[in-house]
Amino acid sequence: MAKRQYAFYPGCSSQKGASASNYLTSVESMCKTLDIQLTEIPDWNCCGASISYAEAGELPRHVMNARNFALSEANLPGQDIVATCAACWLGAKESKERIEHSSQLMADTQEALKEAGLSIKVMPEIRHMAEVLVEDFGFEELGRHVKNPLQGLKFAGYVGCQTNRPFGIAGENFENPMYLDKIIETMGGEAVPYDQKVTCCGGALAFSEPDKAQAQIKDIIEAAYDGGAEMIVTPCPLCQANVEIYQGHINKKYGTKFNIPVLYYSQLMTIAYGGSAKEAGLDGQVIRAPKLEALAK
Amino acid sequence: MSANQEMAVRYKNNFLKEVEQQVEMGEWVKMCMQCGVCSGSCPTNFHPGWEHPPQEIFMMIRAGKREEVLSSPSMWMCTSCYNCIVRCPRKLPITHIMHGLAEYAYELGLAPKVQPTKNLSKLFWENATKTGRINELTFSLGMYFKDAEGKINIGQGIKKGLEMQKVALGLLKAKRLNLFEIFGGHKCKDQKGIHAMLAKAYALESKRKGRHVG
Repeated sequence: MAKRQYAFYPGCSSQKGASASNYLTSVESMCKTLDIQLTEIPDWNCCGASISYAEAGELPRHVMNARNFALSEANLPGQDIVATCAACWLGAKESKERIEHSSQLMADTQEALKEAGLSIKVMPEIRHMAEVLVEDFGFEELGRHVKNPLQGLKFAGYVGCQTNRPFGIAGENFENPMYLDKIIETMGGEAVPYDQKVTCCGGALAFSEPDKAQAQIKDIIEAAYDGGAEMIVTPCPLCQANVEIYQGHINKKYGTKFNIPVLYYSQLMTIAYGGSAKEAGLDGQVIRAPKLEALAK
Repeated sequence: MSANQEMAVRYKNNFLKEVEQQVEMGEWVKMCMQCGVCSGSCPTNFHPGWEHPPQEIFMMIRAGKREEVLSSPSMWMCTSCYNCIVRCPRKLPITHIMHGLAEYAYELGLAPKVQPTKNLSKLFWENATKTGRINELTFSLGMYFKDAEGKINIGQGIKKGLEMQKVALGLLKAKRLNLFEIFGGHKCKDQKGIHAMLAKAYALESKRKGRHVG
């Protein structure tokens, strides 16, 4: 099989020592097995995420994303941009759509980019890693590399918001997307029934309005236990962090006894592909996943 | 004349027109048919977060309730989950309209003075654009050491820091928090280019919207 090449947009949280650095570790291992070559967009910048609206306005936000498009096309021409972070993907894709839709926005974007010595000639495609797996590979191909099936392990596939709405993965349903459950099952695990799979974790409000966000996170975790899950799996760095790191606060507030690991799909895939716990970034869990560690080669 | 007075005079009693011209995706507001699916789909509306849920805000805009809308804490409750967008039968980009209203209220100085998400939003953008990338450590510290009005508050920072101590230790142990980020950390090389590009973008946006450049 030919090597697949993509322009990689890792995003701020995936950098070394940042909150989703274990996500990147596992993505790199997973891509090795699948013969995917990710080349980082040189000098990429933050997408602005969806929370920066107060000061970002419209054009400044789109221009930040446009800078990445221009850098990607100049250095990695013809390659699709692939983001692993849900917010990076959403922010970039949204800016691309808006700029393409309006000739004035395109002209203004180009004028601003000129200040940084850049311009957009061809608009690259913006894709999420989950899209790449589902569309460019497909479940059958993904399953072919499984050497260490996750037999007997039960996962709640927590899709969350931003890989699912407003764009989502083609062909999926906003209310009940199936791709994550299918990835879990392709890796030999069991995807339990999970009625909070697209509930919002509170996003950035976990910082500013912790009580409101934690009320939502409580429901998300409770439903995973109700479905019989031993672990939660997600494609989004903010979902991962919010659902994992506040379990202590929630236990204190609600008298619950939550202690459930929250993993990335790429960590499951790395283990199922025969990788070690370290290659899957399992040492990066705040709540360790002993059952998955025990299975790892 | 303040930016707020200037706009109030320019649009006189036509707040809908003001929203259409000044607020991101504001031209969609008149499409709302008041079904309330957005409000029923909002995760924070249950907690009781919203003074006025989105469909109410849309009707208030048409009724010309300018001060009430722009000074409301409602829009700042948005978690950007996009549930309202995908469920709206008229396909209104509600999430973006909420962000747009918040931005315009902030621009005019009408946003609530005490609003934690407003501070978070401001801090995030400042942090991201300073070096081109978010520095998670200085961003978190900034959030904890600033009070609801955005002023430095050491006492609150220490209290919040103690509350977050276990969370931070867990992240440190997992190597997902790096204290050396305080000395700068990850950043873009061409910061000068980014700043010049953003300055241009702000100038162009103000010109297009006929806003006061201050």
